[in-house]
Amino acid sequence: MNREPATNRFLFTAGALLGLLALTVGAAYVNLGPFNTIAALTISAAKTVLILVFFMEIRERSPVIWVALATGFFFFGIMFALAMSDFLTRGWK
Amino acid sequence: MNTETRELPMTLEPRANYLNDGHSIRSWLLTTDHKRIGLLYMVSITLFFFVGGAAAAMMRLELLRPQGGLVTSALYNKLFTMHGVIMVWFFLIPSIPTVLGNFLVPLMIGARDVAFPRLNLVSWYLFIAGGASALWAIIAGGVDTGWTFYTPYSSTYANGHVLAMAAGIFIAGFGSIATGLNFIVTIHKMRAPGLTWFRLPLFIWTIYTTSLILVLATPVLAITLTLMALERLFGVGIFNPAMGGDPLLFQHLFWFYSHPAVYIMILPSMGVVSELIPCFSRKSIFGYNFIAYATISIGVFGFLVWGHHMFVSSQSVYAGMIFSILSFLVSIPSAIKVFNWTATLYKGSITFQTPMLYAFGFIGLFTIGGLTGLFLAALAVDVHLHDTYFVIAHFHYIMVGGAVMGYLGGLHFWWPKITGRLYCEWLAKLAAVTIFAGFNLTFFPQFILGFMGMPRRYPVYAPEFQVLNVLSTAGASILAIGYLLPLAYLLWSLRYGKPAGANPWKATGLEWKTSSPPPRDNFANAPVVTEEPYNYDAQAAELSLEENSHA
Repeated sequence: MNREPATNRFLFTAGALLGLLALTVGAAYVNLGPFNTIAALTISAAKTVLILVFFMEIRERSPVIWVALATGFFFFGIMFALAMSDFLTRGWK
Repeated sequence: MNTETRELPMTLEPRANYLNDGHSIRSWLLTTDHKRIGLLYMVSITLFFFVGGAAAAMMRLELLRPQGGLVTSALYNKLFTMHGVIMVWFFLIPSIPTVLGNFLVPLMIGARDVAFPRLNLVSWYLFIAGGASALWAIIAGGVDTGWTFYTPYSSTYANGHVLAMAAGIFIAGFGSIATGLNFIVTIHKMRAPGLTWFRLPLFIWTIYTTSLILVLATPVLAITLTLMALERLFGVGIFNPAMGGDPLLFQHLFWFYSHPAVYIMILPSMGVVSELIPCFSRKSIFGYNFIAYATISIGVFGFLVWGHHMFVSSQSVYAGMIFSILSFLVSIPSAIKVFNWTATLYKGSITFQTPMLYAFGFIGLFTIGGLTGLFLAALAVDVHLHDTYFVIAHFHYIMVGGAVMGYLGGLHFWWPKITGRLYCEWLAKLAAVTIFAGFNLTFFPQFILGFMGMPRRYPVYAPEFQVLNVLSTAGASILAIGYLLPLAYLLWSLRYGKPAGANPWKATGLEWKTSSPPPRDNFANAPVVTEEPYNYDAQAAELSLEENSHA
């Protein structure tokens, strides 16, 4: 595992995250129709990848950490799927 | 079991233990000893319990008369909000995990402390900071949103100190997450040699599952309250339909945390009961593996049922059907536990010491609470019962009849270990019976009131509901006496109680193998586990051998 100080990498990642945050806010002011949601989710996914790869250094971690991470995503998946079971089937929309 | 027949020394040995390991305030406020941190939590949550209880007392007095008159409607709204917030986040959720869990987890697994002792202390400070913010919100004028903070009322229209209250819950939540993380790592990495997963006390299984829920669910509450605050502060349209938001999204996010939170409250109580029943039946627990797996499956299923809070909130009926089925399923592992406890009693040498009275209370009241939960999980029935006193009665049977009974049972069971002193047994039995009677008189009439159609959260009601409301208020008065009694005799026992000895109940488990109160590092010699948990049969044989050799 690389134990060298990675200050520059962390700073770059933090900067990139702030940049993507600005992009999220900016994209909300442009009317893209249904693509507003897609754009916001894509930017969020990019932020997630940055955090996983550079902050959490997930590639260098043991399988136990991957299991913990997968559990988090699994429960997020439950939340998303069951909440969507409401949103996508509302008769009153 | 007979504790009176053995000769007890009348003075405590002047040996070093965690209680006399420093007497200054600093030695308590900066301690990293899991046992002392457990006691810090005990004092804190007891204070919060009586604050929340005072709000309940005011509400019950207001409801003595149909037209009310004791408090204004606005104050009544603040009282039920205060009661809910304080009892849920500052008493029930921390109760067993942070008090008994902190004290017992390292002792039960043969460790010297938790994995991260300083983080453990930080958790308590976060809890206190959160509690202070919530109390400030109450003192500064209160909040009237209800403990559920439903939007858009909370994010747009409510006038109270919503943000301070939400900030308090947010901060305390981080304490919960850190505690959960601490327990997970401790249980994984610090078990004594020979203490395999299926030799763990069932209390540890429940604390482990509760910790997983705390870590997975609490961040969702944090982000939900943050989004509500963003809408309230900056007008970002997330939940308010007038700004393009979706109010049901708040309820989805809120209940994704708050339903599992019910299991945060009840699972540790089930763990306590799983310790009490074998001890006071002198039998190994029936179906250990089933209870352990049922614990985990309750934890998982607990995440799949939140939509049953939203059947009449204009949630899609298809989603309602899915959540209804899943809610029925969660009753299966709960029933497995109740049946296994009952089977443990079968042909046991049952004794009726105080902790066992609470365990019996738990089983009966939890069963009533659980079965009435099935009524509410049925879609059509819920249309009639939603937001009525039936719901109030149901969840109080789970949270007070279940969680609080378990907490008190555990407190009485481990009090001799925690303090090294025995309390007055007959007073304790009287209190247990008083609480059971007071509880039922308070909440059973509320099932009938709800079924008759009395809605929750109103300070006035139709005159035909008065008799049942008077009964309920009378019950609440008895319940209050029942809760004050333990406060008195437990405090009394600190100074005047007989010394307890290492194992007054002749219980199995590593925590009973060390002295009472335990030394700073828990065990004089690191324990090695060579037998299954709850091995009361082997212990009975050993005790009889000992008695024979003395004779």
